[in-house]
Amino acid sequence: MASSSESPSPYARTLDCVHCGLCLPYCPTHQVLGVEADSPRGRIYLMRALAEGRVQDPTAIRPFLDRCLDCRACETACPSGVKYGEILEDTKARLERDRPQRGLRAFLVRFLLWHVVARQRRLRVLFAVLRLLEITGLRWLATKLRVVPAAIAKLAPPVPPAIERSPLPTGEHHPPATVARRGERVALFTGCIMEPMFGRVHRATLQVLLANGFQVVVPAAQRCCGALLVHAGQPDRARELARANVRAFADVDVVLNNSAGCGCAMKEYGHLLGDADGAAFAAKCRDISEFLAERGLSTAPAECRARAAYDDPCHLCHGQGVRSQPRQLLAQVPGLELVAHDKPEDCCGSAGIYNLLQPELAGEIGRKKIESLARAGVDLVLTGNPGCMLQIDSHLRAAGHKVRVRHPIELLVPPQ
Amino acid sequence: MPRLESALVRLLGPQRVLTSPDALLAWECDGFTVHKSRPRAVVLPESTAEVQAVVRLLADAQVPFVPRGAGTCLSGGPTAGTTAVVLDLSRMRRVLRIETADLFAVVEPGVVNADLTAAVKHLGLHYAPDPSSQTVCTIGGNFAENSGGPHCFKYGMTQDHVLAALVVLPDGSLARLGSPAGSRLPGSVDLTALFCGSEGTFGIATEITVRLCRDQESVRTLLASFATMTAACRTVGDIVAAGLVPAALEILDQATIRAVEASVYRAGYPADAAAVLLVELDGPTAVVGEEAAEVRAAFARNGALRIEEATDPNERKRLWKGRKGAFGAMGRLNTDLYVLDGVVPRTRLEEALAGITAIGAKHGVLMTNVFHAGDGNLHPNISYDGRDAAATARTIAAGHEILQLCVDLGGSISGEHGIGTEKLDHVRMMYDAADLAVMAKVRAVWNPDDRCNPGKALPSRSACAESAKWPAMTARILRDEVRP
Ligand SMILES: Cc1cc2nc3c(=O)[nH]c(=O)nc-3n(C[C@H](O)[C@H](O)[C@H](O)COP(=O)(O)OP(=O)(O)OC[C@H]3O[C@@H](n4cnc5c(N)ncnc54)[C@H](O)[C@@H]3O)c2cc1C
Ligand code: SF4
Ligand code: SF4
Repeated sequence: MASSSESPSPYARTLDCVHCGLCLPYCPTHQVLGVEADSPRGRIYLMRALAEGRVQDPTAIRPFLDRCLDCRACETACPSGVKYGEILEDTKARLERDRPQRGLRAFLVRFLLWHVVARQRRLRVLFAVLRLLEITGLRWLATKLRVVPAAIAKLAPPVPPAIERSPLPTGEHHPPATVARRGERVALFTGCIMEPMFGRVHRATLQVLLANGFQVVVPAAQRCCGALLVHAGQPDRARELARANVRAFADVDVVLNNSAGCGCAMKEYGHLLGDADGAAFAAKCRDISEFLAERGLSTAPAECRARAAYDDPCHLCHGQGVRSQPRQLLAQVPGLELVAHDKPEDCCGSAGIYNLLQPELAGEIGRKKIESLARAGVDLVLTGNPGCMLQIDSHLRAAGHKVRVRHPIELLVPPQ
Repeated sequence: MPRLESALVRLLGPQRVLTSPDALLAWECDGFTVHKSRPRAVVLPESTAEVQAVVRLLADAQVPFVPRGAGTCLSGGPTAGTTAVVLDLSRMRRVLRIETADLFAVVEPGVVNADLTAAVKHLGLHYAPDPSSQTVCTIGGNFAENSGGPHCFKYGMTQDHVLAALVVLPDGSLARLGSPAGSRLPGSVDLTALFCGSEGTFGIATEITVRLCRDQESVRTLLASFATMTAACRTVGDIVAAGLVPAALEILDQATIRAVEASVYRAGYPADAAAVLLVELDGPTAVVGEEAAEVRAAFARNGALRIEEATDPNERKRLWKGRKGAFGAMGRLNTDLYVLDGVVPRTRLEEALAGITAIGAKHGVLMTNVFHAGDGNLHPNISYDGRDAAATARTIAAGHEILQLCVDLGGSISGEHGIGTEKLDHVRMMYDAADLAVMAKVRAVWNPDDRCNPGKALPSRSACAESAKWPAMTARILRDEVRP
């Protein structure tokens, strides 16, 4: 029953589903594939059967679970209050534990997630190397020689120059003397991929917070949020990172996130860690848009003349229920014309590293998103998650659209 | 891989033929989850030609098969026996033709009901039958079940909106039924109407021609809450007696209201009311205005606690949201839900509801009611834990008595959800052997060897042992668990 509290087992969670099917039209994979087992109702049914011991060979149902984006659109649609994300993550953890996936690809994914993505310094080195390959033309060569699959090579965006990848200085940041102080100290979470790909978003976030009178701390001891590990069925490793974060942010009351995926995962530390510390930490987490809308902007953003669409990241709208706040903030940008496009809450197909693991399906889902944006005739797309920014940007470029993609916070920076 | 499966793979490719027993679990049941059975295989055809080719292979191999749309049926219709192959039509979802002037559309069977309306909305048109599952269920499934919905009180059931169909018969041949012009030969049988409601036992519809309706000039939605269910039912009586034909007349009881208000479909219904009545009026603005005044008067006469009215589309959507999400929201009450469907003459609604409450109390089951009051079409819902055999038995027993009550009050055992396997046992409450023989003969014309969705809708001795299991099972449950 949805009403029973105290973190029920994943099996009990599957019983919340009454098989009504109202979630089907919201599921991106069901929309593309039209297969029951690739729908939320079907996946829940399979996971329930697995928990009941009715599945003979778990590898037979694995592909259906692997094709799930974990976008949580089904949670938004479900009248019965099914906690789909928890069921999926717990089931994947169980499958990984009982029969870890074999093969080079599975090994590579596990290796990269734990030994590179979760270690910021190594990630920085990796991006420096990638950049070097690009400058020297080796990336082009690798694509020509098909070392990298063409689909990925075509979509992979260029690595930004070193200056844009430089990390935010850790420690305390104080608002400039000219700004009225709010007397509130907040912490900023910097995550993994945002820094090397969108360092500018971090700088904008810091700038906006300071310009609005907040004192900001960037704890040096923070680690990756662990979301990708949770999705890959490795909660133990994710827990290690979560505990490090609980410690790193112990002395602040507000932890701000500008990445919807990380923010969603961190709000779920209560479930991941299963203890009071995790729950207390989760309660401190806010998306940057949520926080700023709540506190109000005290310094007006710079003018931006553009026709823009705001696209909801899944882990912000479905995962955290944050929908109006970014729009409300963007409405305060002088000159910005915010227009509506079809299905802003549909997944763009990014979903963590999904676009690398399921390139075809992610491509199909991404194309739908681009079509909707193209119909709206915008020249700027705003979305608050690095994965979505990359996915939407690469699909726009691939389709030959000259449309910029920005994080909403970038538009809240006051005039220089 | 067995011969048949290999042949299917050659025809459709490995992606569109599912044979792994574990994956097939996902097709084990529809919305009637009491009855589960795993099919032999599932295929995903994408065109009439592919359906035909698959059905021919199945005919050669003498293998039974079951068409399936979105699997939202509430009576076990698309649940296949273990020897049967499911033709899942979800991928046949193209709108083939829209005739704006002649007001019809030709669609593939997997087109979702609400998607059809979305596709013609910009033309000021819509598809009228609107089951509460309309965002999910398919036109094919609607056609096979003769589905209704809140707006069918005024506009009629699916049967009144299907003009023609292309059907693949169980031997693989094609039959064209009806015509888009609606012209039926004088004195001839209306085959489209005959097919409608056949629950997938006459063949597979692969193209369906449906009527489109023009949007009305004005739509007004009113919601009133009442301190008693009786007052809500009397209001319905008053409205109909005044000669009004509202587009919809829906009632939700208190338990339903509370479940809905706790869900994402919350609509702002007052949680303390014993019942809410949702009335929708549509037509020319002037007429609708007058009717709204009459409806308000009826509300007042029956002591309505609170009255709300929506005129803009967003407000209307909000008021409807709770009604449309009601079944799913019931999932909050227990692990499983048995959605019943019975009809009584509208004048006997009060009596029926009192009887239903008594039956619920007698069997100790958690009962909620949400219904199409205008048609006297009741949906008592029982929330239960399907893992508990005794609770399941009490649920089925209560359902059985409720349907008997409907029949005794001069009503019927199904308004719109069909017989499927769920009500095979109940059919005899209404029909005797001679009636059933006529129905069986009609079916045999379409489906002579009973390979097309066998064991559904008609209790039959000739059905294969597999499909005969289900009624035997209910009988056993009733005998063993309820009558010691
Ligand atoms: C939440 C919810 C609300 C509902 N509300 C209503 C309501 O208000 N009114 C109402 O009438 N029903 C309602 N239903 C029941 C159900 O939605 C309808 O019966 C619907 O028409 C089933 O459509 P489907 O596409 O899901 O078909 P399925 O469930 O897949 O199949 C239903 C039957 O149709 C047959 N079939 C499917 N496609 C074809 C085809 N192309 N050719 C031949 N046979 C075919 C199948 O064999 C099966 O017997 C509701 C169900 C749910 C879960
Ligand atoms: S909407 Fe919820 S209850 Fe209904 S099928 Fe989907 S997950 Fe299950
Ligand atoms: S999380 Fe997204 S992709 Fe996965 S089942 Fe739900 S809606 Fe579908």
